[in-house]
Amino acid sequence: MATDTRVILICSGKGGVGKTTLTANLGISLARQGLSTAVLDADFGLRNLDLLLGLENRIVYTAQEVLEEECRLDQALVKHKQESNLSLLPAGNPRMLDWLKPDDMKRIVEMLKEQFDYVLIDCPAGVEDGFKNAMAASQEAIIVTNPEVSAVRDADRVIGLLNTNAIKPVQLVLNRVRPKMMASQEMLSIDDVTDILALPLLGLVLEDEQVIVSTNRGEPLTLNSVNSPAAKCYLNIAKRLLGEDIPLIDPVEESSGFGAKFRRLMQTKIF
Amino acid sequence: MTLRDIINKLLRRQPASASTARERLQLVLAHDRSDLSTELLDQMRKEILEVVAKYVEIDMDEGAVSLETEDRMTALVANLPIKRTLNGKIKLIEHASQEQESDNSSENTEQSIKNQ
Ligand SMILES: Nc1ncnc2c1ncn2[C@@H]1O[C@H](COP(=O)(O)OP(=O)(O)O)[C@@H](O)[C@H]1O
Ligand SMILES: [Mg+2]
Repeated sequence: MATDTRVILICSGKGGVGKTTLTANLGISLARQGLSTAVLDADFGLRNLDLLLGLENRIVYTAQEVLEEECRLDQALVKHKQESNLSLLPAGNPRMLDWLKPDDMKRIVEMLKEQFDYVLIDCPAGVEDGFKNAMAASQEAIIVTNPEVSAVRDADRVIGLLNTNAIKPVQLVLNRVRPKMMASQEMLSIDDVTDILALPLLGLVLEDEQVIVSTNRGEPLTLNSVNSPAAKCYLNIAKRLLGEDIPLIDPVEESSGFGAKFRRLMQTKIF
Repeated sequence: MTLRDIINKLLRRQPASASTARERLQLVLAHDRSDLSTELLDQMRKEILEVVAKYVEIDMDEGAVSLETEDRMTALVANLPIKRTLNGKIKLIEHASQEQESDNSSENTEQSIKNQ
């Protein structure tokens, strides 16, 4: 029985920035650290977390039947085969959106808190009811964004709502970082995004083709491909979340050789 | 401004797109974060000027009110140029009691109202 469960909302405003991928990889990483972890798919309209975790064929009941008291919580939870500390609570039918209320989400999360150390909520895009329901049940949040104007703008809207609802801490994950584009200043830099959003950076995730390969297989990178660039990023994020002091690497500094030295020189702020 | 920006300027090339993105974001977010429209802002500017004009003589055409954002704090900044008499004193309106002195021929009062 867990006492101080952390309930973390994983949200972004904009869709397609990497919330579900982060939720799956964080879930695996936390479970691997020995923490009993539940991932809750709160994206009832467009559920995907089951697919990314490779659990889509093992769903019997969902959050819907739990709420309607047609089954017990442990009947709906799908335990991951390889990582037995991780369980998924699947999203129900999209029609749930018609009746689901913030209090329903709170009820589900209260139940999960009794058995798990960590509850990660994969939030739907947007700032409407789906988001508000998920926020109502959360204590802290991770904002996922990309170094692009539209994603950053939408993240800012969400941060405003989280602030007014006293969700804290709110930390930032910058996903799909391309060091070369940042070096040539054709992509917002890490500092640009953290300055504009005024959030502490929990970590960045490099753009990585292996993310797509891992979705094809239904095996998050952190499960079997721990040496891929993005997997290392996800692992670092999990460690920082647990309070480990893992220094942030500047992806532009990381690259070496003459090309990188030149790019760095070009980036030097003159005034 | 970075070295690359300067070289781009010299070669009359377009600036790197990241700096354009940064500037556009800062502007759009200042407005997203306040719910103030330009009309409301303008009306507020007029009303603030009227209040200040009860006490000191100001240049009604010059005053500007703008939103500035830093670290999720949005500040409403009013910049109100005060008129001076020939001997450098601030022109006060009758009921204001104290007179102030200064060497400059104009001075701005900055007022800022902070909100989240
Ligand atoms: N770091 C990354 N590198 C490459 N592709 C990524 C990365 N993160 C996410 N993606 C891709 O972006 C798409 C959207 O990701 P997803 O996690 O479903 O976003 P969201 O849940 O925010 O809608 C997916 O196709 C995913 O494979
Ligand atoms: Mg998703």
